[in-house]
Amino acid sequence: MAVHDREPASEPAPVRAAARRHVHTPAWNLLLLIPLVGTLIPSVYNRVGPTLFSIPFFYWYQMAWIAGSVAVTLIVYRMTRGER
Amino acid sequence: MADVKVTELVVFTALFLLVTVLGFVASRWRRAESLEHLDEWGLGGRNFGAWITWFLVGGDLYTAYTFVAVPALVYGAGATGFFAVPYTIIVYPLVFLVAPRLWSVSHRHGYVTPADFVRGRHGSGGLALAIALTGIVATMPYIALQLVGIEAVLKAMGIEGSWPLWIAFIILAAYTYQSGLRAPALIAFVKDTLIYLVVIVAVVYIPTKLGGWHDIFAAADKKFASTPPPPAGPADGTILSSAQTLGYSTLALGSAMALFLYPHSITGILAARSRDTIKKNMAALPAYSFVLGLLALLGYMAIAAGVTPTTSGLNNKPDSNTIVPLLFDKMFADWFAGVAFAAIAIGALVPAAIMSIAAANLWTRNIYKEYLKPDATAKQEAQMSKFASLVVKLGALVVIITLDPQFSIDLQLIGGVVILQTLPAIVFGLYTRWFHRWALLAGWAVGLFCGLFMLYDIANPLTGKQHFAGSQWALSRWGFDTKYTMYVGILAVLINAAVTVLATLALRAAGTPVGEDTTRETDYHVEAGDPGVIRAEAEAGEAAGVAGRPPAD
Repeated sequence: MAVHDREPASEPAPVRAAARRHVHTPAWNLLLLIPLVGTLIPSVYNRVGPTLFSIPFFYWYQMAWIAGSVAVTLIVYRMTRGER
Repeated sequence: MADVKVTELVVFTALFLLVTVLGFVASRWRRAESLEHLDEWGLGGRNFGAWITWFLVGGDLYTAYTFVAVPALVYGAGATGFFAVPYTIIVYPLVFLVAPRLWSVSHRHGYVTPADFVRGRHGSGGLALAIALTGIVATMPYIALQLVGIEAVLKAMGIEGSWPLWIAFIILAAYTYQSGLRAPALIAFVKDTLIYLVVIVAVVYIPTKLGGWHDIFAAADKKFASTPPPPAGPADGTILSSAQTLGYSTLALGSAMALFLYPHSITGILAARSRDTIKKNMAALPAYSFVLGLLALLGYMAIAAGVTPTTSGLNNKPDSNTIVPLLFDKMFADWFAGVAFAAIAIGALVPAAIMSIAAANLWTRNIYKEYLKPDATAKQEAQMSKFASLVVKLGALVVIITLDPQFSIDLQLIGGVVILQTLPAIVFGLYTRWFHRWALLAGWAVGLFCGLFMLYDIANPLTGKQHFAGSQWALSRWGFDTKYTMYVGILAVLINAAVTVLATLALRAAGTPVGEDTTRETDYHVEAGDPGVIRAEAEAGEAAGVAGRPPAD
């Protein structure tokens, strides 16, 4: 893994300093998997009832997940803002 | 030409002229000192903020073909066609995870294309070439399909022949050449506004004319019930059969992963000003998915309204892609139908421009500069890319005029499976350097071969099509005792990943050289303004020496 730690001498000092900064991936990102679970198991929502404005469950359930996905993404965005 | 619809045509032409003017004006918009650098022409200055990115990426991903083909699929097969909704829901959380890393490393090292990243990360020219060629091959038919969208609209207005397509594409080619990525970015404002307007009017107004949602779904149920059940008839219905469920979710997942990997998506993402801009957009872009879901339901409205598809293309078979234009023509007043048709046609121009720019950048950066003229200056790169964008579009036009449109549709089906095979090199590569460059190449080749073979081997006895008749692979053909099917792209990329892992273990055990990685872990986290991050607009002149080569050079 020596390749990773190589610091080309040609780079300016601030770049090399920035490269040593500590970075981590926030755990909040795990929330982003929720919309996948919600929409990728069709046996949960593959049915006609209950209908909403005469529209079968299959359709409005999936449309509702658009709002769900926006909410989750917004939460993760807010909570991880400024983190790298 | 007796039944040309004059009012529709006048409104359509007026809106088309408006975006033509915008396309040329765009070269002065947010102007840099010079467009003669790939960061300017090909990435719009790498400086698009949240609003522009929202319109640009939305205009980029939701193409005219989507607007025409998704309702057509729902019209023909029912619930299966609704996969476009989960597909465009899950794509954003996935992109939220991956794209900021790609943005950071690309802005640290001046990468313009995904193949640039692969070259820098894995230190392999061969792998980068494979990624670049895959991107170009997958994008070309996608551009051609945008013309299918325009063609369907022209047909609904009573216009026949190929000359209007020539005019549309000469205009498109001219302003893309002139303004680069700024043109589709500016036109996307008009496109998206028109699309939102038309779709919202359609889903509010049309159901009231058809007796409400209850009657619409009843008409759809009646149509699907009238066809014999599989295997004698199509697998249709307003909900899925249990055999279809796995195919539905794997198609949604595979399509979402493929969408991010298409070069034109990556172009849109790299043109953003900052990581923060991308993340913010991932929360706002699902607004388009809502529109797409409503559009899909237009397929059922077409059934209830008794629309039947007209013939299209060279084969003179009924083309279900004509149902949305025909529905608009039937339900709307002439002038508003003209607005709706313009929305679809302009909706074709935005992605076609971005796709041709993305393909041209791949050619210039990863083939021309890499192999043909390594000492090309930034100005020569931009010039070559502008020229290549013309060639790409001309190729798409010739394909659509001379060949059966079905050929482009088949190619696009293949394109999704093909582009997915770049996933290990790009996405795994963003997280880890463990995978060996030759193993990634081997996985790509095997995945590509298996994917293409499976697609070739899928027949549809109902239509008499022997090959490339769909993208669902029946697992029973591999000896599994099940009725389930899976999306070919997912199966192929799983094979690809397995080969990559096994080959990496073997190559590492043999001590084969791993190649130089010119990136560092921290490069994947830098934000705009950090030291070492290129700022193309401010430094257009001096960046010529920096962008395009790793800082270690």
